Parts: sequence; C-alpha cells; structure tokens
Amino acid sequence: MNWGSASEFFAMGGYAFYVWGSYGVTALFLVLEVVFLMARKRTITQRLGRRIRMRIEVNNEAQT
Amino acid sequence: MAINWFKYSSPASFYPLAGKLIPYFAVLAAVLTVIGLYLGFFVAPTDYKQGEGYRIMFIHVPAAWMSMFIYLVMAVYAGLGLVFNTRLSSLMASALAPTGALFTFLALWTGSMWGKPMWGTWWVWDARLTSELILLFLYIGFMSLKAAIDDPRRAARASGLLAIIGAINVPIIYKSVEWWNTLHQGASISITSGTSMEATMLTTLLVMSFAFWMYAIAVALVRVRCEILEAEGDTEWVAAELSSRR
Repeated sequence: MNWGSASEFFAMGGYAFYVWGSYGVTALFLVLEVVFLMARKRTITQRLGRRIRMRIEVNNEAQT
Repeated sequence: MAINWFKYSSPASFYPLAGKLIPYFAVLAAVLTVIGLYLGFFVAPTDYKQGEGYRIMFIHVPAAWMSMFIYLVMAVYAGLGLVFNTRLSSLMASALAPTGALFTFLALWTGSMWGKPMWGTWWVWDARLTSELILLFLYIGFMSLKAAIDDPRRAARASGLLAIIGAINVPIIYKSVEWWNTLHQGASISITSGTSMEATMLTTLLVMSFAFWMYAIAVALVRVRCEILEAEGDTEWVAAELSSRR
C-alpha cells in the first residue's frame, strides 16, 4: 500500500494537479465519447424507424 | 473450422455480429480498467526519481500506443476498401477515426501534464511531440475530407488514399526518439532489449493498454453500426432488423 491516508492519496506527492488533470480529462473524454455515440445511435434508429413505419402505412393504403 | 470471412464483409451480416460482440468488449474494457487503476494507484510503487507524478504514464503510454495502432488499423481498412471495393472496409475506417483522434489528443494532453512538472514545460517542438501532433491533424484531415465529399464512393476513395499515405507518419513517431535529439525519454519497453521497468509497473501498463484496446473495439463497433445504418437506411434488411427488435 502506497498511501497512509485518503488526503495523502489525493495529494499524489505534490503532483495532484498533473496526475488528476490527466486521469480526470481522460475519464471525462472517454465517457463523453460513449454518451455522444449512444445519442447518435438513438437518433438514427428513431429516424429510420419512423421512415420504415411510414413506408409500411403507404404500402397498406395502396393495397386497400 | 472454415469461416467464410467474406460473408462478414457485407454490412447486412456484419451488423448483427457486431451487435453481439459489443457487450463482451465493453465488459472486458470496464473490468480491465478497474484492475489497471487499482494496480496503478495501490500496487505499483512510488518512482524513485519522479515520485507519484510518474503514474500519468499508465494512461499516457497506452493512449499513445492506441493512437498509432488505431491509425494503422484504419489505414489497413482503407487499403482493403480501395483494393476489394468492399463497403464495410471504408465504414470501419470511418468508425475508427474519431476514437483514434481522441486517443491522440489524450496522449498529447497527458504528455503535456507530465512534461510540465518533469521537464518544466507544457510543450516543445521536438520530433516526438510534433509528429504526434501531425497524427492528430491526419485524423482530423481524414474525417473532414470524408465529410466534405458528397458521393460516398468518391469520399471513401479520397480519404482512404489520405489514410494510407499518412501511415508513413506512424513509424516516424515510433522511431523519433532514436532519430532525433529530444526531451522525450526513449522507449521503456522494447521488443529487442526487453524492459527497463519494475515488474508491477510493466503489468499495470499492459493491463491499461488492453483496457484501452477493448474500449476502442467496443466503441468502434457501436460507431460502425451507426455508419452502416446511415449508409443502408433504405434497404430491406435494415427495415427487417429494426422492426424485429420491437
């Protein structure tokens, strides 16, 4: 174990700004990439879903 | 067991396969990240020269490796797309580019955060840093070129050519610390001479690299499914695929 206490852990031997600045930004960007990607996926499937339902309705009306 | 690989070069059969694979890579990425962070902060000892500041290495080096590796994979897909004219290849190249650019940015960012306390500067225009910055511009150029051309076939061909030509930059980045005088330290791990690192530090580095690798695969597979849907939105199989899930 490297750390005597929680505050010692967060202080990172005086390198707190640099270590947490690196890990924090990396975590933030990786999470943001996933969030944006999920949003993109949802937008596309919703748009395509609407278009497919519309096509089915048009086909049904043409048959009656 | 014979697998017909060409079967999976068709978007219609790759889409459901990718969907099945994503959860495995996502779980692997999450588990490896937890293990890697635990090793990196609680098991790996304090560095005798750099104190606790060296722990930035555990994300800086994997991010830098992934930035180069993803570029090469992207260039290979672009090349396959040019040679075999398979639609999926150029979609895979597009799916990899944003994640590669992200890792390049993170390599530069964490490098800067590491350089300031250890070298006394955020940035120097030396070979390693400059060639990594060029890599970021290559990713951005690839994505912008592809987005700028309306016809998807021509867009794939032009951006594919850019990706392949740009691949020359990757060995330059890798060898830059040997070819030029630089502030950046030499490779800590080498195929020919082994490693100059303490064992737990090396293990942590490898675990974090695999975590980033699995993350990149999971994200690229989600993105290639988006690309496939956008390219093939009006086909019958997409209609069947999307309505079967309801």
